[in-house]
Amino acid sequence: MTPVRAKVGMVFQFPESQLFAATVIEDVMYGPKNFGHSDEEARDLAEQALRQVGLAEEFWQHSPFDLSGGQMRRVALAGVLAMDPAAMVFDEPAAGLDPQGQAELIDLLRGLKEAGKTVVLISHQMDQVLALADQVVVMQDGQVAAFEPTEDLFARDEAWFADHSLDLPAPVAFARQLELAGFHFDHLPKSVADLAEQIKTQVDWTKVSDQPQGGHHA
Amino acid sequence: MNNLVIGQFIPGKAWLYRVDPRTKILVTVVYVFLLIFASTWPAYLLATVFLLAALVLTGQSLGLYWRGIKPVLWLILFTVCLQLLFTGGTPVLWQWSFIKITVPGIVNSAYVVLRFVLIVLMSTALTLTTAPTSIASAIEALLKPLKWVKVPVAELALMLSIALRFVPLLMVETDKVMKAQKSRGMSLSTGSLLKRSKAVLPLLIPLFIGALQRALDLANAMEVRGFENADQRTRYRVLHFTKDDLIVLVATSTYIILFIFLLFVH
Repeated sequence: MTPVRAKVGMVFQFPESQLFAATVIEDVMYGPKNFGHSDEEARDLAEQALRQVGLAEEFWQHSPFDLSGGQMRRVALAGVLAMDPAAMVFDEPAAGLDPQGQAELIDLLRGLKEAGKTVVLISHQMDQVLALADQVVVMQDGQVAAFEPTEDLFARDEAWFADHSLDLPAPVAFARQLELAGFHFDHLPKSVADLAEQIKTQVDWTKVSDQPQGGHHA
Repeated sequence: MNNLVIGQFIPGKAWLYRVDPRTKILVTVVYVFLLIFASTWPAYLLATVFLLAALVLTGQSLGLYWRGIKPVLWLILFTVCLQLLFTGGTPVLWQWSFIKITVPGIVNSAYVVLRFVLIVLMSTALTLTTAPTSIASAIEALLKPLKWVKVPVAELALMLSIALRFVPLLMVETDKVMKAQKSRGMSLSTGSLLKRSKAVLPLLIPLFIGALQRALDLANAMEVRGFENADQRTRYRVLHFTKDDLIVLVATSTYIILFIFLLFVH
């Protein structure tokens, strides 16, 4: 069983509840040491992982229990990243995080994807799914209700989403409204920024003016 | 852990569920106590009949009780071996140095097994048909006389209820922490004994911290909802003695008398 565990990293919900060591760096070293790395190798891997999650070096010798909730979560994430698994599973990684923390987490996951890792994300937040996923599995009542690329999933109609207690992510819902008004999107907008870019190319800027006209206010 | 039948409460509608928990605890305690004195096979027979009647009245399948016995089977077998191989007496069937198998040894082994099984099953029947909170209420009620000797019964009962409430939560948490650490390569089955006991730390520390944090949160929540003193608490569900309890008490009294009588019959 253990070789599999080295290749697949699991980040459970509220992973900060698994912290136990006397210092942050020791906790992050736990995984690599279990899989046979020497102390120095484990330390290097741990330091790398801590940098990856954005935890400042000043905290590395602190007790993990002295840190804030968000910092503790970073330590827990680093603990799994330090094992450098080829695949990682994240169960609701953004649960309880503030908006900035969520944004940083999404960047982290995107970075892992780009580094070539296989990432499985379990999430209720459709915006995250939209931003990150290539393929989506939708489950209901223990059954697979859909297993398809993200583009195909978000092309389904609203009734399907309502039936599965899901919502359309904001960029997609907005884009659909615009499509009814005659806009055309050549690819699914993956974020608000993406949506804005696509809108920009389709607006007739000659008809839009900064100057107030007649009784209109700018 | 969820496979353990003893200690688990399974809701049901059978007759025994309606009996007051105080009655059930008293009967169980008396039954187990008397069993210590069982020494003749008629007494054991009566005890078995009484137990079977109780099991039937719980309305659960006998297969469930068999599953309840299985975890303790090893313990029973071990005790049986000790009895079988080291009891003195005549006639001796087989001997090798100080190990001997004697007829009294065999008889005692049978009694030991029976006693074990009866005690476990009676306790299982109790916890199966009585919700943990009811058990806590019943214990509090039964211990009330101790208040006269300054025993903090209300506080102890509250502690018991809270502990019972948290057992399933802590079990879930244990499972979660164990899985998390296992996925980081924790292994409890390799290495020297010393290494293995140190390997338990990544499991114990998060559990302790989690439990302490829960305790603090619970204390806050209780205070915010007006808790000051365990003694002042009133009950939503009040325990009542009914006709069903009378039936049980009469039946048990009959059992006690018969049992004691059978102790002197061979």
